Amino acid sequence: MTQIFFDIMAATAIVGGLGVVLVRNTVYAALFLILSLMGVAGFYVLLSVEFLALVQVLIYGGAVTVLLLFALMLTRTRDMFEGATDGPQKPIAAVVGLALLAAFITMIYKTQWPRDVNELTTVPFNDIGTALFNRWAVPFEIASGVLLVALVGAVVIAMQEEGEP
Amino acid sequence: MQGIAQDIPLEHFVVVSSILFSIGVYGVLARRNAVLILMSMELMLNAVSINMVAFAVYTAPSLFVGIIFAIFVITIAAAEVGLALAIVLRVFRNRGTANVDEVDTLRW
Repeated sequence: MTQIFFDIMAATAIVGGLGVVLVRNTVYAALFLILSLMGVAGFYVLLSVEFLALVQVLIYGGAVTVLLLFALMLTRTRDMFEGATDGPQKPIAAVVGLALLAAFITMIYKTQWPRDVNELTTVPFNDIGTALFNRWAVPFEIASGVLLVALVGAVVIAMQEEGEP
Repeated sequence: MQGIAQDIPLEHFVVVSSILFSIGVYGVLARRNAVLILMSMELMLNAVSINMVAFAVYTAPSLFVGIIFAIFVITIAAAEVGLALAIVLRVFRNRGTANVDEVDTLRW
């Protein structure tokens, strides 16, 4: 049962990922990205980290993808919808990707993996919150600062200057 | 709640994550449109997150280190997407294109 769920989620994530990098229509690529991200959210459910699955659906599936679609629509040109979304370096990119994958798979195959794993239990929301605000409080504050700076910076960069069309 | 540890070995998660990462690398190298490159980067970030969460849950479930890292990865990815899209918009307004191979003023 768990194995079937895992296979479905893996197929969703990988088909979505292939769609992102292979389809010609950029809007379809963004929709495939949502599919892939939902597959990853399924992995988090499978790993019994429900909080991350929720965050994944809300932030990636909701916010990030909508932001990407906005950018696609604001920067649309004619050639985005009829080919030419890939550069002439495509074969080299395919070779590099496959070589990387082969290296990963070889490494994973040669590694001795631990067999005596514990039984997984659901990670409670409370414990994640406690860990985040006690042991990881300083990185948490820094992350909030990064978010603030990124927001203000994005507004400043995208702002229309005087005399600009 | 019932766990899954005996059903799925850890390396299956690592294999799926490495496949997703390779797809992302291919996308970053092959695509011309800057927004599509950003999407491929999101794929790579997600692959890393799967890896960290799987290792955290399988090897040290009481410490949450990998889970916290995944939360930070998602946070930084959101900030990065917002900022990068502002830069893409600015480039598009100045040059009339969002293709990275046509923005080559600094090329020697």
